[in-house]
Amino acid sequence: MSPRQSTTATRHFKSEKFDFSSFFFSGLTGLATLLILAILAVILLNIIINGWSGLSWHFVSTIPKKDFFDIHTTGVLPMIVGTSIRVIVMTVFVIPVGVVTAIYLTEYAPNTSLITRTIRAAVNNLAGVPSIVFGLFGVGFFINFIGKNVDRALHNSGPVWGQPALIWASMTLAVMTLPVVIVATEESLKAIPPGLREASLALGATKLETIWRIVLPQALPGILTGGILAVSRAAGEVAPILFTGVAYYTSSLPTKLTDQFMDLGYHIFVLSTQSPNIDQTRPILYATVLVLLMLTFALNIVAIVIRARVRKKMRALG
Amino acid sequence: MDNLFESGLENLRQKLLVMASRAETAVNQSVEALMQRDYDLALQVKTDDDIIDRFEIEIDEMAILLLTKAPLASNLRLVTVAMKISQNLERIGDEATKIAKRARDLSQEPPIKLQLDLPRMAVLALTMLKEALDAFVNRDSLAARVLIPRDKEVDALNRQMHQALARHMMEYPDTIGRCLHWIVAAKSLERIADHAKNMAEEVVYLCEAQDIRHTARKM
Amino acid sequence: MADIVLPKNFVPAAAPAAEPGKPFIEIQDVSLYYGGAQALKNISLNLGEKVVTAFIGPSGCGKSTLLRCLNRMNDLIDNVRIDGSIKIGGHDIYAEGVDIIELRKRVGMVFQKSNPFPKSIYENVAYGLRLHGVSKKSEMDAIVEESLQNAAIWDEVKDRLHSSALGLSGGQQQRLCIARAIAIKPEVILMDEPASALDPIATSRIEDLILNLKKEFTIVIVTHNMQQAARISDQTAFFYIGELVEFGPTSKIFTNPSQKRTEDYVTGRFG
Repeated sequence: MSPRQSTTATRHFKSEKFDFSSFFFSGLTGLATLLILAILAVILLNIIINGWSGLSWHFVSTIPKKDFFDIHTTGVLPMIVGTSIRVIVMTVFVIPVGVVTAIYLTEYAPNTSLITRTIRAAVNNLAGVPSIVFGLFGVGFFINFIGKNVDRALHNSGPVWGQPALIWASMTLAVMTLPVVIVATEESLKAIPPGLREASLALGATKLETIWRIVLPQALPGILTGGILAVSRAAGEVAPILFTGVAYYTSSLPTKLTDQFMDLGYHIFVLSTQSPNIDQTRPILYATVLVLLMLTFALNIVAIVIRARVRKKMRALG
Repeated sequence: MDNLFESGLENLRQKLLVMASRAETAVNQSVEALMQRDYDLALQVKTDDDIIDRFEIEIDEMAILLLTKAPLASNLRLVTVAMKISQNLERIGDEATKIAKRARDLSQEPPIKLQLDLPRMAVLALTMLKEALDAFVNRDSLAARVLIPRDKEVDALNRQMHQALARHMMEYPDTIGRCLHWIVAAKSLERIADHAKNMAEEVVYLCEAQDIRHTARKM
Repeated sequence: MADIVLPKNFVPAAAPAAEPGKPFIEIQDVSLYYGGAQALKNISLNLGEKVVTAFIGPSGCGKSTLLRCLNRMNDLIDNVRIDGSIKIGGHDIYAEGVDIIELRKRVGMVFQKSNPFPKSIYENVAYGLRLHGVSKKSEMDAIVEESLQNAAIWDEVKDRLHSSALGLSGGQQQRLCIARAIAIKPEVILMDEPASALDPIATSRIEDLILNLKKEFTIVIVTHNMQQAARISDQTAFFYIGELVEFGPTSKIFTNPSQKRTEDYVTGRFG
């Protein structure tokens, strides 16, 4: 644009120099995003390429014999079932406890009291505990303390509850993912404008009625988000279930809460460390990894769909 | 909004005072023209009345604008009282013009041989006017109340002059024309005193928020 | 000798508060403390039945705080202490064993920012009814319609009762909140600056509504807008820094208040 053609506006608003810092910054962030996507793509592609060959209907539907290393006879059905059930049982425990705790912290606890601050500190610290420590906690508390005492109370001849079991592994996972659910629920509770609670109370509702009829329904998407995060985390965790319920081999599918179970994550560990012939085992290993990823993905999708439906219902209406 | 409004109120007050001084001057000059048989002064008063009329219009416009700002309490009373006072002042101007017209006509004819107490009446009316305006400026409700009963004196004087002029007319029929002029002039002065009294009542309302118009008085 | 016309008592004394109808809300010597800070200082005030009383005053003067005492919404705040007594219809609302739920049923509230529930229009109005035991659909339908009619919004929503309340405009939402409040047939309606977030037309509709509602309900309205108080209230109370400065008929407060502080506030000299 020749100087003669420029107007006052262009003279003042068009920068004469090329804006380096803006360009540099947006370039940097773009690059970072690409990097992350690239890493993700590499991992996924690696798994898919190596595991695709081992994947088959037979693979996912067979209960294997003790020999895991023959690609033609092995299967991962019990692992799929084990992982799924332990995640579901965990959800049954963690959501109610987490939601109730979050409700207490947000709606009932006076902000400045010592108890409140202690609970919050505990929740925050819980989030930072290494997974293996949860595993040890699970053994010491759930199995050796609760389990053994239940056995004593029920006069069981041998250890039924006082040994590694599906229920204890799930509860250990629940303890581990509790902070996630609590925080997600708290955030969604805080996001609800206080005006809604005031309106409800002013109409003569009790606090409990207000929470049940107004607050919780509004917070549902947030709670589901917490659930999704918990599920995603728990599905892939191995350390917490190591001593609390997972088994190297079970001959049948888990049917009772006291059963031990097999697990995809643990199986991956087994395959990679116990294999006699790594080349032969590699396709099985990658296929198992692929199955785990697909299972996690599927669990997430189900939860996300449920949450989307809830959101849609909330938006539409009454 | 506050300062703008306050300055609007102040402007209104000032304008009212200017109008008031013009009305005072008009009355003064018209009475002088009458007593001194001053033809030119009489004409002067008549032309100056236009200015007083315009003031009434301007003050009403200012007041309406201030009312759109929804003034309350004493501000509200000030605006409504200002409109009433400006109306009274305009009428005073008109009465002064009437006196001036009579002065103009009388100055063209020989004077009648009757001693009239008109100057005293004029002084009374003018004093009432001045005191009402002072009471407004000083927000002095007591001063306003005090001048109200004096209206009766002016009424009494008017009646006296009316009777004296009526007797004179009957005795000397050739003075009828001139006597009628004097009667009208006296009536105008009586009206001016009435308007001063009205203004005093408005001042009382402004200061005390009490409306004392039309309350029973001993006649 | 002219006689001077003087009024009986020349210096205008503070006129006693005029109370049309019998006093329905009796506030006696009420003081409120947030922790150590005193927000209300010895307020005594009697509000008449089925009249509109306006609370006016500059920000922070305590008018909203006092309003919230009337339905004990201040109980929700930590560290609040209230001295004195408040009687509504003869009953002390702070007495031992008072059922707060019942109190809030008799004393309803409309808030500054309209807060309809994220439910349908019908469910919003029915919320209070469900809380207090109404379950028959026919009965509920009737009360919902009556409330929406009395809140001057029925015609606008009758064809979409089951659509979300959040789809209404600000003014409509506020009228919905009023409908919701009157559905449970309170005796008193407390309004905390109900029109302050609305445009002039919506505000004027709310004001017309209030003038209608006062035939059935005792209304207390907190407002920053003096012209609004002048338009719709019968009595006005002026508060300043936690004290009740003056209380009386609205006409007097806005044409000739007794207290200088009231005069200064009303003429805009401060606040």
